[in-house]
Amino acid sequence: MEKATQIKLLEAQLAQLASAPHTPAQDEEIMRLQAQVRRLQQAILGEANDTPEMTPMDRVKLARHPDRPYALDFIYALFTDFHELHGDRRFADDPAIVCGFARFEGEPVFIVGQQKANYKQRKMEDRKYRNFGMPKPEGYRKAIRLMQMAAKFRRPIISFIDTPGAYPGIEAEERGQGEAIARNIIEMMRLASPTIGVIIGEGGSGGALAVGACDRMLMLENTIYSVISPEGCASILWRDASKADKAAAAMKITPEPLRAAGIIDAIIPEPGEGAHTDHKAAAEAVRPYLVKYLTELSTLSPEKLIEQRYTRYCRLGAFVIEEPQSLSQ
Amino acid sequence: MAWFRRKRNITDETPPTDRKVRTEGLFVKCPACGTTHFKKDLEANLNVCSNCGHHLKWPTRQRLAHLFDEGRYETFDDNIVSTDILGFFDTKSYADRIAQARQSTGFNDAIVCAEGRLGGRPIIGCVMVMEFIGGSMGSVVGEKVTRAIERAIAKKRPLIIVSASGGARMMEGTYSLMQLAKICGALARLDAARIPYISVLTDPTTGGVTASFAMLGDINIAEPGALIGFAGPRVIEQTIRQKLPPGFQRSEFLLAHGMLDAVVDRRQMRKFLIDALDFMAR
Ligand SMILES: [Zn+2]
Repeated sequence: MEKATQIKLLEAQLAQLASAPHTPAQDEEIMRLQAQVRRLQQAILGEANDTPEMTPMDRVKLARHPDRPYALDFIYALFTDFHELHGDRRFADDPAIVCGFARFEGEPVFIVGQQKANYKQRKMEDRKYRNFGMPKPEGYRKAIRLMQMAAKFRRPIISFIDTPGAYPGIEAEERGQGEAIARNIIEMMRLASPTIGVIIGEGGSGGALAVGACDRMLMLENTIYSVISPEGCASILWRDASKADKAAAAMKITPEPLRAAGIIDAIIPEPGEGAHTDHKAAAEAVRPYLVKYLTELSTLSPEKLIEQRYTRYCRLGAFVIEEPQSLSQ
Repeated sequence: MAWFRRKRNITDETPPTDRKVRTEGLFVKCPACGTTHFKKDLEANLNVCSNCGHHLKWPTRQRLAHLFDEGRYETFDDNIVSTDILGFFDTKSYADRIAQARQSTGFNDAIVCAEGRLGGRPIIGCVMVMEFIGGSMGSVVGEKVTRAIERAIAKKRPLIIVSASGGARMMEGTYSLMQLAKICGALARLDAARIPYISVLTDPTTGGVTASFAMLGDINIAEPGALIGFAGPRVIEQTIRQKLPPGFQRSEFLLAHGMLDAVVDRRQMRKFLIDALDFMAR
C-alpha cells in the first residue's frame, strides 16, 4: 500500500479513537498510531527531497526568477472587474501589498497580493517602488483591515504570496513589524470567510504567513515556503551564506515535502520550463484549483470554517510524547 | 525505533550542571557599569545590578520560582519532546543538538509550562528557556504553548508567558513557521473566552515569537533594556548598510514607539502582574 494511503487510513482510525472519552489503554493506542503516522511521514519526507533533475536550490532560483509572473499578473489574468483599495488608515499605503475586490467566474471575491515590481514594468525603479515585495507594517495592516471588511460581507479571500520576507528595516521595527505580523495571523485565524493562499514565488517566513494563515494553501511547482531564507539559515548554522544550497535542501522548503507534511494542500504544475516562460498559462493553471477549493469551502458556515482552520494548524507539528501522562505512576 | 522512552516523572531538582556553576566564583561583574557584586547579593536582588539597575540574565528556574507564590509550581507537558523529523544536519545533526541541549540545560525543550498561584490566584505560567537552542520555537514550543492556552481556557485561569527567544527553530523547517498560526488560533479562542493573557518580554525576544504570542497579550510588558524586535539587529544592518542608533530595539525604544504597555523592573514585576490580574480577572 502507498504510504500516503496508509497515513489516511491511520488518521481515520485516530479520528474515531479521539472522539470517544479516553481510557489509558486507548491513549496508548492513540500514541502508537500517531507514532506510526509520524514514521510514515518521515519516510515520505525523505523520499520527496530526492528530485534528481532539480535541486532545492534550483527551485529557489526559479521562485526568484526576475521574469516570474507576479501577483498582478495572476490577478489580471484570473479575475475581472478588479478594483484596488489602499491604505492602513493609520500611517500609509504600502505598495508591496495590493488589495482589492474583483470577480472570479462571475462571483465577488477579495484579493490580497504581495507584489515585487510594477505591473508589466520591471526596471530597478519599479522594483524599488514595491520594495522588492518586502511589506512594512502598514502593508500588513492594510491587508488585515480589508480582509476583515471582506469577511464582514462573507466574501472569499484569495491571497497571492510572494515575498522574500517582511522588510527588515529601522522604520519597520519602529512601527512594530512583529506586532503587525502577529496581529494579522490571529485575525486571519478568525476570519468568517473562506481563505485560500497561493504561493506564486517566495513564501518568506512570517512575512508570508501574515497574509497566508488560510483554510487552504497551494503552491506553484517552482516555489518555496520557508521559515528563513536559505542564505539566512546558512549564515547562522554554517556561518557561511554560500552554503545556501545545503540549507535549502536541509529545510525541505519545496512543494513536495511540504505537501507530504500536510503544510500545503496541492501543488500547481507550471507550464514549460517554468512560470516565467508563459505568464498567461501559469495563471490559467491556478484557475481549476481556485474553483475546486472555493466550491469546497463555500458550503461551510463561518463557525465551521474557523473551527476547521484551527484544527488544520493544530495538526502541524512534529514531536514525540515520551511517556503518556495517563500511564505515569 | 523507540518512540516512547520510559523515564521517571520530572522532578524539579537542580540539575548537576547548575550545582557546578554555584561553586565557580563568588563574584559577578555587572556588564553595564562594571560593579562587582557578591553572587549571593546579586541573586537576592533578582540578578538586577544594585548600582545601575541593569537586568542581568536570570536562570529559568529562579525566574519560575519567583513568578509563583512561595516558589511552588507544578510543570505540565514536560514529556513533549522534539524529534528530528527532517533528518536535519548542518555542522552536526539536529538529533544531537536536541540531546545535548537536554543534557546541558536539564530542560526538555525551550519552554517550561506550569501551574501555580500568583498573589493567591491560580494561574498558568510559561517561561521560555533561552539556553535551549537559542530559545527557538519549533513544534514542541508551539504545541506546549497551544496546550497551555487550551488549559487556561478549560480551567478559566489567567495566562502569563515570559518570552526569551532567538526566533523560530530552523532545524524543523516550515513546521516551525506553522507554530505561529497554531498558537495564534489558540489565542483567538482565549480572547473569545475573555481569559486574561499577559505577555512578558525579556532579553532577547525576536523573530517568530515576537511575530506571534509575545505581541498578542491583553497587556504586553517588558523588562528594562531587553532586545525586542522582529528582525535581528545584524540582519537590519546588512539590509540598510548602516549602523543602528544606540538603544534601537530595546524595551525603552519600543515603549517610546507605542509598542509596549509598560517597561517593568524585575523587582516590581510580581506586584505589577498581581495588580493587572486583579484588574482583568474576576
Ligand atoms: Zn550595573
